[in-house]
Amino acid sequence: MKTHTLSVLVENQAGVLARVSSLFSRRGYNIEALSVGPTQNSEISRITISVNVEGHALDQVIQQLDKLVNVIDIIELPASTSHQVELILVRVAVANGASDQKKIESVLEKHGAHVVESTATSLTIQQTAKPAEIEALISELTPFGIMELTQSGVVAMGRTITS
Amino acid sequence: MTGAQSLIRSLENAGVDVMFGIPGGAILPAYDPIYDSKIRHILVRHEQGAGHAATGYAQATGRVGTCIATSGPGATNLVTPIADAQMDSVPLVAITGQVPSSAIGTDAFQEADIRGITMPVTKHNSLVTRAVDIPRAIAEAYHIAASGRPGAVLVDVAKDALQEKVNYEWPKNIDLPGYRDHSQPVPQSIRDAAALIAQSARPVLYVGGGVIKANAHKELRALAELVGAPVVTTLMARGAFPDSHQLHVGMPGMHGSVAAVTSLQKADLLITLGARFDDRVTGKLSTFAPGAKVIHADIDPAEIGKNRHADVPVIGDVRLTMAQLLPAVKAEFAKSQPDLTPWWKQVEGWRTTYPVGYDVPSDGSLSPQYVIERLGKISDPDTIYTAGVGQHQMWASQFISYEKPRTWLNSGGLGTMGYAVPAAMGAKVGAPDTTVWAIDGDGCFQMTNQELVTCAINNIPIKVALINNESLGMVRQWQTLFYNQRYSNTDLHSKRVPDFAKLADAMGCIGLRCERPEDVDKTIEAAMAITDQPVVVDFNVFRDAMVWPMVAAGTSNDDIMIARELAPDWDSQEL
Repeated sequence: MKTHTLSVLVENQAGVLARVSSLFSRRGYNIEALSVGPTQNSEISRITISVNVEGHALDQVIQQLDKLVNVIDIIELPASTSHQVELILVRVAVANGASDQKKIESVLEKHGAHVVESTATSLTIQQTAKPAEIEALISELTPFGIMELTQSGVVAMGRTITS
Repeated sequence: MTGAQSLIRSLENAGVDVMFGIPGGAILPAYDPIYDSKIRHILVRHEQGAGHAATGYAQATGRVGTCIATSGPGATNLVTPIADAQMDSVPLVAITGQVPSSAIGTDAFQEADIRGITMPVTKHNSLVTRAVDIPRAIAEAYHIAASGRPGAVLVDVAKDALQEKVNYEWPKNIDLPGYRDHSQPVPQSIRDAAALIAQSARPVLYVGGGVIKANAHKELRALAELVGAPVVTTLMARGAFPDSHQLHVGMPGMHGSVAAVTSLQKADLLITLGARFDDRVTGKLSTFAPGAKVIHADIDPAEIGKNRHADVPVIGDVRLTMAQLLPAVKAEFAKSQPDLTPWWKQVEGWRTTYPVGYDVPSDGSLSPQYVIERLGKISDPDTIYTAGVGQHQMWASQFISYEKPRTWLNSGGLGTMGYAVPAAMGAKVGAPDTTVWAIDGDGCFQMTNQELVTCAINNIPIKVALINNESLGMVRQWQTLFYNQRYSNTDLHSKRVPDFAKLADAMGCIGLRCERPEDVDKTIEAAMAITDQPVVVDFNVFRDAMVWPMVAAGTSNDDIMIARELAPDWDSQEL
């Protein structure tokens, strides 16, 4: 099984997200992550879906999605030919005062993440990066004690230059 | 005008001539203009009847069927026929009233989120909350229901949209950017298909309901006769190809003929036309037609490779596909044409050794298969038959010879008990000059027979052949075969209660009863002679009759049984 990223352009109408998610649920496809947002055209929204399926099933997912009348287009975006980013907000405990804070800051510097709120007992960190980098950051922060984590689904866009 | 007037005008513009429904609070504004409309509205007794009637109308005529109901329970009662039509690719539009838009989401009286509820069982649906959007919603609904792979579309209209004043404007064009037309096959796929056909020594035409939907029976006959291959017609395709034709070897699947099932198993090429490799046809999928390459022609790209890999997919309208295949195959055959004689020798062996038949009960009681067989023999070939779901449905598909498309209407995909009577009503409305027989079981009949009242009052003289074995017969058959004859909750006692003949009388129909083989023909003839009233014939039949052949659920088609614990004698056959 492999994770595939689908970029689905839909008409910006009530119920469209329900149509897409109900299709996944009734056909037994597992959504790993999903994000919805506007595009440059106010009548069209983009749903980015990460789905974990085999090659043949991926084709079925795409064909079944394409049957939804409100779905305008579906593009599979391979990681190698697209920009893919996730956003996280993570609150990390600062248990041992200055020494922990220093160590955390060096992790953040290495990853290019930044602090959006700082208190005596915690740091709230924001990061936008490729899924693998987000994963690496989280694993490095875990030893300090993650108090709260919120993570977006992938948003993706094909590269202009693909070679 | 009002939104309600605009709705009815839109239905008229969409070409609707009849609709089946029941009024209620939220849809009430629409019923006022119906009173003046040229559209015939048939007041049914239950919304499920409206939905199946619209489906029967659509299957008999090829036009879009229309049903209409109020919000809440009116709408939820339509869910079963909507799901039924969608599964069998029947063009159906359901109109439902909805509570006023200001009340939506408040759990108002008779509120149900019917758009949400029917999302998984429709081709498309919509909720209209402004009168100005009504004509476009209706135009789109009819376009979507009828085009491509047909299906069910629901339009839910809020009551305030029906009451609002609006200027009527029928849309000049339909703009659905996400709705693609797949009707034209790609020329290369036609050439590839023709090349495979020209190389095949053991081809079979595997014909599905799509051929009837596409009005492609003439093209099918021409293609079959050109290729000279055995033709099998699925439950949804009975009548797409004449049963009496020499090339026809029967219905495939769980209760298909040995010749049809086995020719698919032994084929080297399946020429699949508007069929979808349903589990009731394939049996255990991994063992289905193991030596066959597959040409899969379908208008729905999502069907290609869904269950079975297609070596040559042909996405397109199956009528256009076959029309283009004809010259392409002729051109290939001009170079080389395979000799199908050895293949036919095998197929003919299966056909003559294992015809679909039945044992006459030894106690002299009436055999259900005999009743159905006689009905088919006595009726003319234009007769339309509908069936419910179960043993009587399988016997009706096995023992009546279907010669024309749209003469066999049944619930294939969803398997909806209770389909027969309301579907027959709809078919008779669509084809008033044609005899319509509902072949129904006593279980099915008791689910929807209230529509006989609708038939009696609205001069819709259908005929019902009730195959009364006082059981949920197909379930009982499985209990006999797989549950040690433990007949848990399948005994309906319906030779005692109800008295079907009296029930028919009470509903304004003629009720007849037949209990002896020697009375079958004259009872059928008596029913045939009544043309101004619905007739119900209660045929009291042998309750332990079973449907054979049978491929048990989840097993391989190779394990087909021709009777209980009796497999075909393959050793004596050339395989």
